[in-house]
Amino acid sequence: MSQKTEKLIDKKGLRLDGRKPDELRPIKIGVGVLSNADGSAYIEQGKNKILAAVYGPRELHPKHMALPDRTVLRCRYHMAPFSVQERKSPAPSRREIELSKVIREALEPSIFLEYYPRTAIDVFIEVLQADGGTRCASITAASLALADAGIPMRDLVVACAAGKVDDTIVLDLMDEEDKIGTADVPVALMPNLNVITLLQMDGILTPEEFEKAVNLAIEGCKKIYTMQKEALRAKYVAVKEVEE
Amino acid sequence: MSTVITRVKQRQIAQLIAKGKRLDGRGLTDYREIKVEQGIIERAEGSARVCLGKTEVMVGTKIEVGEPFSDTPDEGVLTVNAELVPLASPTFEPGPPDENSIELARIVDRGIRESKAIDVGKLCIEPGKKVFVIFVDVYVLNHDGNLIDASALAAIAALLNTKMPKYEVEEDKIKIKPGYTQIPIRRHPVTVTFAKINEKLVVDPWLDEEQVMDARLSVAFDDEGNICAVQKGGSGYFTQKQVLEAVAIGREKANEIRKKLGW
Repeated sequence: MSQKTEKLIDKKGLRLDGRKPDELRPIKIGVGVLSNADGSAYIEQGKNKILAAVYGPRELHPKHMALPDRTVLRCRYHMAPFSVQERKSPAPSRREIELSKVIREALEPSIFLEYYPRTAIDVFIEVLQADGGTRCASITAASLALADAGIPMRDLVVACAAGKVDDTIVLDLMDEEDKIGTADVPVALMPNLNVITLLQMDGILTPEEFEKAVNLAIEGCKKIYTMQKEALRAKYVAVKEVEE
Repeated sequence: MSTVITRVKQRQIAQLIAKGKRLDGRGLTDYREIKVEQGIIERAEGSARVCLGKTEVMVGTKIEVGEPFSDTPDEGVLTVNAELVPLASPTFEPGPPDENSIELARIVDRGIRESKAIDVGKLCIEPGKKVFVIFVDVYVLNHDGNLIDASALAAIAALLNTKMPKYEVEEDKIKIKPGYTQIPIRRHPVTVTFAKINEKLVVDPWLDEEQVMDARLSVAFDDEGNICAVQKGGSGYFTQKQVLEAVAIGREKANEIRKKLGW
């Protein structure tokens, strides 16, 4: 993260988009938005627009990658070339490969992998527009897509970042804050089990600030979790009403 | 990155850790013996070899003149790459970098970059046009666990050892002068990695422990004890308490290592 070039928090303590330090961006979530996928979800968080789709459990190719005692969770995080200011090459970057790995590892603890030996579950995430915190919004959507696909899970996974801008610990960093802020701490949480499944940080924080940021991110996760549940209910309760 | 490990050994490792002991005789927060050698490759601008027990990592640095990134026109460029070469482990295969080597390179990169270890402003030759590009190439020679800490240490050790050519700018042309200067290193980030086994944290996991672990947590600290990078890995989870415990232990360990190496 580079040095500060402008004020990110004004005299009233409000951020560039008028949010308070502990306020989330507006979030919109949809479940079951793609008809071909076994499960899918769409999330808008600020200007982020992200689609997640799940295929599987299904036969795994190449077959030698199959595991005899559990399913193989595969995850692809990918950004559309038009999702950022300067066109991004569609070939997977090193960043996307790393994020695919950490997102997979954030989702894995929530799934009963041992229920489907010799198969694969594929999670595809497409970032259509990026606005900071895409890995977190991706996890929130991907977990819903897994639930929508009917995959047995211990808990949903929900993610949110906290960070430090202008000496203040803030929740849910947007693009500008992510780029010129001092630190970014993305956290993924299984809210009922109250355990952390993704934790990263870059920037500089004292251990006290780090603790504060993790706590704030967890608070953010819990707020998003209620929206996640509502989104699931919105789809499945609506279906039930039609049937009656 | 997994080889076969017997169930008996798996259970033994886990049960011992529950009692606060480890199969190789270490305490839960002990590092293996750390050996650092610098300047071992004459052709490289800087180099180092770090041994962490039987884990062995070599880092070589090269310096070239190149273009800066458009968003940082007056800063030098740092590029970190990691190779898990097939001679280092029966599980490594030749081929383009896989997700493990990319993750390793990016963790090492983040530790150096976020701690602002290199004064990149001093690597600028002509703003917007020419800067020094530092290539840090991590070469794993023997994999016996905890490649992250070994690689991060080796990278800083190699950077401390890196020489930059002296130069003059004459009418848009860079003239390399005889002699070298040290590259400007301001901080010495140290990364401490934990494995979670049976809900207990162990520092510096060796290969067998990595096979048994539920999850991994790496925390990088700068000289002031600030956290500059964190990465969770593995398909398990951490509780909030375990994360804070790792930060507290890691901070002490990072200081110990820095003191021991005289950084």
